[in-house]
Amino acid sequence: MDKPKLKLAVYWGAACGGCCVSVLDVHEALFTVLEHADLVFWPIALDIKYKDVEAMPDGHIDLTLFNGAVRNSENEHIAKLLRKKSKILVAYGSCAHMGGIPGLANLTIKAKIFKRAYFESESTINPDNVLPQTHYKVTEGELELPKFYNDVRPLDQVVDVDYYLPGCPPQTERLVEVFLAIVTGAQLPPKGSVIGVKEKSLCEECERKKTENKLIKKFNRPWQIQDDGETCFLEQGVICMGPATRSGCGWRCIKGNAPCRGCYGPTSEAKDPGAKMMSAIGTMIDAKEPEEINQIIEQIEDPAGTFYRFSLPGSMLRRKICKNT
Amino acid sequence: MSYKPTIVAFLCNWCSYTGADLAGTSRIKYAPNIRVIRIMCSGRVDPTFVLKSLREGADGVLICGCHPGDCHYHEGNYKCLRRYHLLQKYIQQMGIPKDRLRLEWISASEGKQFAQLVDEFTESVAKLGKSEIRQVMETLT
Repeated sequence: MDKPKLKLAVYWGAACGGCCVSVLDVHEALFTVLEHADLVFWPIALDIKYKDVEAMPDGHIDLTLFNGAVRNSENEHIAKLLRKKSKILVAYGSCAHMGGIPGLANLTIKAKIFKRAYFESESTINPDNVLPQTHYKVTEGELELPKFYNDVRPLDQVVDVDYYLPGCPPQTERLVEVFLAIVTGAQLPPKGSVIGVKEKSLCEECERKKTENKLIKKFNRPWQIQDDGETCFLEQGVICMGPATRSGCGWRCIKGNAPCRGCYGPTSEAKDPGAKMMSAIGTMIDAKEPEEINQIIEQIEDPAGTFYRFSLPGSMLRRKICKNT
Repeated sequence: MSYKPTIVAFLCNWCSYTGADLAGTSRIKYAPNIRVIRIMCSGRVDPTFVLKSLREGADGVLICGCHPGDCHYHEGNYKCLRRYHLLQKYIQQMGIPKDRLRLEWISASEGKQFAQLVDEFTESVAKLGKSEIRQVMETLT
């Protein structure tokens, strides 16, 4: 008898679909994957219904890659369902890891999002002021839509997570490494580990030219500088999340002459990515007088959105404190 | 009775903690709302500490260090000053009033000024009332 095949599931919560594409990016290696594993649930690629998953015995799935944040009741329901049905649940990609780009919605509240999306946006015509309802009666019966929550949450704020594989999207090579480790029965890291990453910060890997003393008098947006393609972005006054971001991505963005945006999240010692970045930038600002410091900091348009671009719901302060939340 | 706030205070070992000590040995009375954490330098105050204090339920956070130019490690208090301004901008973006976070310079001889500062800060935080941060973080749905 052959070794039984692994049962593999991929699901998307509040996600853009990029993580599922990163799984497809294994290209022809997919055939090798399929020699060792059966895909039992993957909404973007296979027509398997939720009720089929519900019918599976508990712990039936060996490995589930959950990408996307938890934004609505459907995401939450499937997260809980897949937790029950899976032996190993991996938070796959930045959104499941720390909230990701959808997590920036935590800078506002549901009521304001609905107002903008259904009444104010330039392309909306909604004379009857219709808002999404969770239940709606039609002649054929009652229709049901998932409930849109006020807050975006990363996967581990909803269910117990075994591993985290960060990135927006994760490097496909890292996924293959992790998959092979499971297939070959290698010793798995302790539960709760961030996998497919390195321990050091991105700056340690980056090959751009750096000096000991980074001094910033003026912050620039990337389009405001003539990048020479060699000098550290921070030394050119462009905010690069390298100092507060874990390496493992192979510094793809930097190789493409774009500063790091922090999708791999903080290193294991850092609890809050943005706070680490503020700490790092604090040492670099070249001013001693409060007025001058403030004037330089004023050039950082959006600290929350810049330092927590991929991590707001998973950070220390998970959301903006708003009235009526 | 007005609200009695809980305030976390990070005091640098060389100046501010000694200043607070002087307030004590001089038997100056001041508001009992602060919980002092001694650190070696205000430059050691990682923004994470401040955010964690707020997240865990502190109503206010006070950071004290040596006066500019007096830092035992030359530059630490300037780093703290820059991080403070960055943090101020960030917490306001997160809907937290700026008066919940304060940075002041207290030298080893300024026991009286320290006592006044604590009284004044306690009063201003009390006016803001209880911080909602912890409760909001615990009830995300």
